[in-house]
Amino acid sequence: MKDTEYLIDKYLQYLPTTFCSGCGNGIILNCFIRALDDLELKLENILCVSGIGCSSWIPSPYLKLNTLHTLHGRAIPFASGTKIFNNNLKVIVFTGDGDGAGIGGNHLIHAARRNIDLTVILVNNAIYGMTGGQFAPTTPFASITSTSKNGHLEHPFPDLCKLVEASGGSYIARWTVYHPRELIKTIKEAISHEGFSFIEVMSPCPTEFGRKNQLSLVDYLRKFTLKETEPGAIKVGVFKKEIKPEFSRLLRDRK
Amino acid sequence: MENELFILGDHACALGALAAGCNFFAGYPITPATEIAEYLSQNLPKNNGFFVQLEDEIASICAVIGASWAGAKAMTATSGPGFSLMQEAISYAYFTETPCVIVDVQRSGPSTGQATYPSQQDFYQARFGAHGDYESIVLSPWSVQESFEMTIRSFNLAEEFRLPVILLMDGAIGHSREGLLIPPKNKIKLIERKLNKSNKFPFETIDDSLVPSMLIFGKDFPFMVTGSAHEKSGKRNYDSNIHTENIIRIIAKVQNASNKIIDLELKNVEDADYFICSFGVSARPSYGAFLKLREEGYKMGFIRFKTLWPFPNQQLRELFNKNFKKIFVIEMNMGKLSREIERVSHGQIVSYNKLGGLVPSIKEIYSFIKEEVE
Repeated sequence: MKDTEYLIDKYLQYLPTTFCSGCGNGIILNCFIRALDDLELKLENILCVSGIGCSSWIPSPYLKLNTLHTLHGRAIPFASGTKIFNNNLKVIVFTGDGDGAGIGGNHLIHAARRNIDLTVILVNNAIYGMTGGQFAPTTPFASITSTSKNGHLEHPFPDLCKLVEASGGSYIARWTVYHPRELIKTIKEAISHEGFSFIEVMSPCPTEFGRKNQLSLVDYLRKFTLKETEPGAIKVGVFKKEIKPEFSRLLRDRK
Repeated sequence: MENELFILGDHACALGALAAGCNFFAGYPITPATEIAEYLSQNLPKNNGFFVQLEDEIASICAVIGASWAGAKAMTATSGPGFSLMQEAISYAYFTETPCVIVDVQRSGPSTGQATYPSQQDFYQARFGAHGDYESIVLSPWSVQESFEMTIRSFNLAEEFRLPVILLMDGAIGHSREGLLIPPKNKIKLIERKLNKSNKFPFETIDDSLVPSMLIFGKDFPFMVTGSAHEKSGKRNYDSNIHTENIIRIIAKVQNASNKIIDLELKNVEDADYFICSFGVSARPSYGAFLKLREEGYKMGFIRFKTLWPFPNQQLRELFNKNFKKIFVIEMNMGKLSREIERVSHGQIVSYNKLGGLVPSIKEIYSFIKEEVE
């Protein structure tokens, strides 16, 4: 692993971060810059676009890269505009389960459908953390949240990766913050992949989700670390890797 | 491009965009603006530009703003309901000082309304639809020719003042065919983006214009943009003084130049006892009524608002600083321009408010005014 001091100097600013103790965002930021450093890309060609929510604060303001911090749920269309106009940019979107699959859900499925070359890192903590712990489209049934104090009455999306796959995404993976080495490798592959890359990262929110539901970090992510055959296991890994026509290239070739 | 065309207002707008160097359009179909998207879908790729039809109006305006930060001269076109959807992103464009053009081809509302009929109901939405404090530039064409010219002017103003410029058309002009004279390319003056060569601050004001020079993603060095309250480096900063000064500057950069931006067409205002005020398509029959009444000996003055915002407070106060009898305001809404005029004038404002998606006729305006002056 590369020297931390060196990575911090090269990629990060305005530390310390404002993430809560036990939040997975710091790990994701860590994995991201390690992946970037391995890829040896030109820094000015990298653009990180984010929406609104705790995970949207991963790139902005901490990364010494181009960052575009946009509106709640809209990181993907902003990113699409930049990528279409200048497809030399390597565009990475940081979003959350609320930002990306709630208010931004429509943009997620259409960007996947177009197979536009973006890398979407969706940090799934099953809650709306920043606004104080309201339920999200990924919050489990019966959870206690600030807008479901007597138990959440909705069922969450069964699997966001399957949603993106059904929409036409061409590189799809899921890891957790307990899988940093795999995550680094996947981020590198996703950025290098020419097409819509989607990485769902399961991440704990001890402050909001954990406290309200009396759930420890370990318990929360345990089912993602079990072997496939064990009861309650949820699959992680790279689910799809397909080469197919990419949207910004099609637009460019048409001219 | 041909020199002389007989063409739809919407197509003239699209041609204006191309003449201005527009190289990115993202939009969503909506009556009566769809034809702008259709024309550009065919012609932008031929002219080194990108056309994309996205899943909704929100995605469209967001993509336009993103593309602008990647260096594009970007535009979208919509109508009232789509314009409402875009307001959050328009607020983002004002605050991040993103140059772009938004065309609103007004139709009769509220809500779905009379989709295929025109109106002038978005007068205030164009100025105050987006949340927060900012100053707007809104242009209003009254012909196919002006649809072409004002689209070019919209791009120029967007680049000069670094903000989203609203072109407020209407479904009558958008869907009418008239003659369009396209000047030779070397006669069309374009204003290009002022790029920052030296420092990495996308929001630092460098001269009296109060307009910061701009940076482009992927060009020289990385930088940050955010819709949160920010300091000149682009970093999020909630400091009250910094934020207050930033807002004051964003407003001042337009207001200080309002004499340059404001465009009024004035006819016979010096000796006028009565004023006829209008904008857009309503100004056409209003002008016809003005000429007729003038012929009959009534001392009418005609004021056509070619820019709606910034509102010409000073210019109007000067024009109305005399003895006159009445001010007539003709518009296809329940009285919006008239409210603004009332704010800056004394004396009697008489509103002619035409609804139902109908353009008033010369005859009805003439009769209305004639009755008021007798």
